[in-house]
Amino acid sequence: MKHAISVLVNNRPGVLARTAGLFARRGFNIDSLAVSTTQDPGVSRMTIVVEGPDQILEQISKQLYKLMDVIKVLDHRDEPVVNRELALIKVDADAANRAEIMQIVTIFRANIVDISERTFTIEVTGSADKVDALVGLLRRYGIKEMMRTGRIVLSRGPRTA
Amino acid sequence: MKRSTATARRRAGPEDGGKGMKMTGAQALVESLRREGVEVIFGYPGGSLLPIYDVLYDVKDIRHILVRHEQGAAHAADGYARASGKVGVCMATSGPGATNLVTGIATAYMDSVPMVAITGQVPTFAIGKDAFQEADITGITMPITKHNYLVNDAAMVPRVVKEAFYIAHTGRPGPVLIDFPRDVQQAELEFRYPESVDLPGYRPVTAGHVKMIERAAELIDGAQRPVIYAGGGIIAADAQAELIALAERADMPVTTTLLAKGGFPETHPLFLGMPGMHGTAYANFALHEADVILAVGTRFDDRVTGKLDMFARNARFIHVDIDPAEIGKNVSAVLPIVGDAKNVLGALVKKVSANKHPEWRATIEQWRKQYPMGWKGDGLKPQYIIQEIHRATEGKAIIATEVGQNQMWAAQWYPCTEPRQFITSGGLGTMGYGFPAAIGAQVARPDRVVWDIAGDGSIQMNIQEMATAVANKLPVKIAVLNNGYLGMVRQWQTLFFKNRLSYTDLAVGTPDLVKLAEAYGAVGIRVTEESEVRGAIEKAMSVDDRPCLIDFMIVRDENVMPMVPAGGTVDDMLVD
Repeated sequence: MKHAISVLVNNRPGVLARTAGLFARRGFNIDSLAVSTTQDPGVSRMTIVVEGPDQILEQISKQLYKLMDVIKVLDHRDEPVVNRELALIKVDADAANRAEIMQIVTIFRANIVDISERTFTIEVTGSADKVDALVGLLRRYGIKEMMRTGRIVLSRGPRTA
Repeated sequence: MKRSTATARRRAGPEDGGKGMKMTGAQALVESLRREGVEVIFGYPGGSLLPIYDVLYDVKDIRHILVRHEQGAAHAADGYARASGKVGVCMATSGPGATNLVTGIATAYMDSVPMVAITGQVPTFAIGKDAFQEADITGITMPITKHNYLVNDAAMVPRVVKEAFYIAHTGRPGPVLIDFPRDVQQAELEFRYPESVDLPGYRPVTAGHVKMIERAAELIDGAQRPVIYAGGGIIAADAQAELIALAERADMPVTTTLLAKGGFPETHPLFLGMPGMHGTAYANFALHEADVILAVGTRFDDRVTGKLDMFARNARFIHVDIDPAEIGKNVSAVLPIVGDAKNVLGALVKKVSANKHPEWRATIEQWRKQYPMGWKGDGLKPQYIIQEIHRATEGKAIIATEVGQNQMWAAQWYPCTEPRQFITSGGLGTMGYGFPAAIGAQVARPDRVVWDIAGDGSIQMNIQEMATAVANKLPVKIAVLNNGYLGMVRQWQTLFFKNRLSYTDLAVGTPDLVKLAEAYGAVGIRVTEESEVRGAIEKAMSVDDRPCLIDFMIVRDENVMPMVPAGGTVDDMLVD
């Protein structure tokens, strides 16, 4: 089971290494990790997706709180969230399948952001499931390169961390 | 001309309001240590610490103990902290000096010992350039410190030192490292010492949840076969009085882990001995048969539990710990209580009913009679030696140990009655810990007799600290239980590897330890017969101006018993 955890941390050098190191040494598997500054320049926000049983979330959250630079940990288990990921996918696109790929892109409300004689580069935003689905459909045309940002998550409604 | 730091102390500080006093980073560090009440630093100088050592040259109110290896500094600071309850301070230069502290820091981290380690670092402009004696010590110690700092601006010094001490001794104590580049030591700042810390991500919970404490009291009141399983948190929280009061009121037998030795008086009728691998049979049976276990300040270490899913399987656990991450880490508790052992036990005493469990106590007494602690055979026996040390010191000595058979025999045969009396590396199991830790303990407690119970293997791991003890006239006593083996590993090879003694025989090559002690200017005594034991211990006790080492040539093949093999259960316990 995959879980997204939001971690608010002090925006200081070394904090990413402390956090990632904690996951590594406690044997928690990071599926993806996204980090950026927030509205408060002193605070960074990470969304970390981990794989494991539900019980692991509690231990991860408690271990994270032991880091001095961790201000808040949210595991979003009991609340609706907005959950997005961005991917760039470079796919083989020749004359024979261009139209077909463009149709798929339209259905997914994705964008073609770069084009060459032999390739499209597609930008897609959405839930991880949506990105997975698009990647699945594009695979048969030949994906040459791709990069996903990893999930980012905010709670729905007025609630803030 | 050097500025007197004593003057700095009078003039600087927030009470002056307005501008702080100008000083260098090195001066600010020393002044900050003074504000934290530091009396002793265990250290070893080097290129990246020269500005700090230059300040220390004039300082009279902070004692600097020059060790002979940085690992000795870390263990001595740790022993000082465990014996006194204060934060231990050690210092080493950049690169190899800093990496030599690592084992000592990891030892303190595993056993939750409050420590501040200060390291020199190459100048900020050289960091990351593979400069001479550069090591990324904040990176290296990230997993073995509670927190660490790289001070890249002299203005940070007062805040960082204030935070480091606060973090080290509050909540679940632990080591904090401050890495201090040389140019920052020389840079100027305006010194103002903060009165409080601002750490939004760090708020240890010390008072237990009232409702949970009430439910715990109900569970204890309803128990037929209750046991208290107490760990190092009892000592850290200074909770001996509360523990005794609770055990007596609820009539609960108590087992204390290696790190909690002395947290409950071992002479008390409710005392069960130590649990786990080399614990008493009756402590292990009591845990196995208990219906309610109150686990306090303990982390269900594998050396206590053996096979985890078979551990105390008839019991419901109430787990009290100051570190929320310990609760539910190894076992799930029906009642988790986050809080300080002193506060929670103090609150619990007021809620539990006075109770008696005559049947349960009788069952335990039966086990005690059936499986008493003892030893068999003739010759110079380690258990006898430790009993004699106990007798000669009237049970009042501070006992440090190395790691292995010596450690387990010391734990089994030197009953303690006071907290901070037994100083040992439990979690990391660091050979070479005991002697420098004994030095730290003797510095912290000059009024007490300090013994290091050692083996011939481990004493050689930090024997160089003999020079530190001699130079500082520290009358630490060292009892080497010399069996010419890396004894505990030899025991495992005998029991579990068909007695194939692969590289555990140390007899050839071990120096004459008596001559070695004498070469350092210490006293050395050799004992080969049981009849010589008392005289040798008496002689050691009479030496008060230098260390004294007794080389006890014990029987070679003695095993530590009882023993629950690693990953085993009480059913697998070997008793002799």
